[in-house]
Amino acid sequence: MARITAGVTTSHVPAIGAALDLGKQDSEYWAPLFEGYEWSKQWMAGESPDVIVLIYNDHASAFSLEVIPTFAIGCADEYEIADEGFGPRPVPVVVGHADLACHLAQSLILDEFDMTVINKMAVDHGLTVPMSLMFGQPDAWPVKVVPIAVNVIQFPPPTGERCYKLGQAIRRAVASYGEDLNVQVWGTGGMSHQLQGPRAGLINQVFDNAFLDNMVDNPDDLRKIPHIEYLRETGSEGIELVMWLIMRGALGDAVELLHRFYHVPASNTAVGHMVLRPVAAG
Amino acid sequence: MMVDNSELDDIPGTTVFTAERSHQGFHLNQFCMSLMKPENRARFKNNESDYLDEWSLTPAQKQAVLDRDYNAMIANGGNIYFLAKIFSSDGISFQTAAASMTDMSVEEYAAMMLHGGRSPEGLRSIKEGR
Repeated sequence: MARITAGVTTSHVPAIGAALDLGKQDSEYWAPLFEGYEWSKQWMAGESPDVIVLIYNDHASAFSLEVIPTFAIGCADEYEIADEGFGPRPVPVVVGHADLACHLAQSLILDEFDMTVINKMAVDHGLTVPMSLMFGQPDAWPVKVVPIAVNVIQFPPPTGERCYKLGQAIRRAVASYGEDLNVQVWGTGGMSHQLQGPRAGLINQVFDNAFLDNMVDNPDDLRKIPHIEYLRETGSEGIELVMWLIMRGALGDAVELLHRFYHVPASNTAVGHMVLRPVAAG
Repeated sequence: MMVDNSELDDIPGTTVFTAERSHQGFHLNQFCMSLMKPENRARFKNNESDYLDEWSLTPAQKQAVLDRDYNAMIANGGNIYFLAKIFSSDGISFQTAAASMTDMSVEEYAAMMLHGGRSPEGLRSIKEGR
């Protein structure tokens, strides 16, 4: 039986990928950011997960405005790296776990979550920057990935409550998969940031740190946050935080905090990162 | 469920990309996406006006792109993640592009971010002044 052994959250700022790809990670600006992930990389080396169910959002790379799926799951064998306007990032191709993905798609749809099934797509910084932060710069990624793309580009994204419940359904679906797999669930994006208009540059450290607190012991409060509160408090792009709630829902009620990191700024964004371990009930 | 977007329009300096704006900006945003292909970037840079004429843009949308006026592009239905293909093609960072939408210089904006970013105080609601 497949098991969810850990959850990871991290921001997925494109400039972090550019800093790594251009060898700037030791610079005065970037070193403090990458230091926050050193513990996580070492921890990851001891975990050796088989599959990451990676919750992220596409940034106008795979999905144009022709079709806008709210929840989409990748069921392909591999995912090419998107060209976001300056050539693809020099990172390895992302290898999928098609069999688990197809199982998840079927389980989730029959569990009332109407997933869009994707058999071919390119993945952008939303997925590859978290991979780089957690695994560094290997020649091949040491893990397979099931990408789940969430619409947070066109308003409204799914509600935080809906996202949390999708996470709970992912937990049930993983537990019903026959093969013994070590599965992690990652929720990416956030934290506070606004990339557009005269209010660009907004950061809300008070909101972000309360959110980090509540991710551990009080996720029920986070499930109730309405979209307008994310928009007002965390900037127009901070609403990506709903994706963290999918990960949190997938871990079950009780979790143990293994690592927490918060850093301002990475380009326009407040970076938040957590590693959580589910605590088995009973 | 009743749809009331008055709250979305009550946030200072912010345009929320609703389905209506997606409809308004469809061709503008699709043009942006075409810049993911190197051959299209080359054609665009070779003659921006001619390339833009291949897309069904309004005159205001076309002029905003030529001017690299990101606030005007957003006012005409552009979405920042699509518009990012334009400034990425120009070799300009997200931070520089974001600064251009504010009343600050690139240097002032970068300094603000280094000092913790823009405070939400007074920028949450026009109506409530908080």
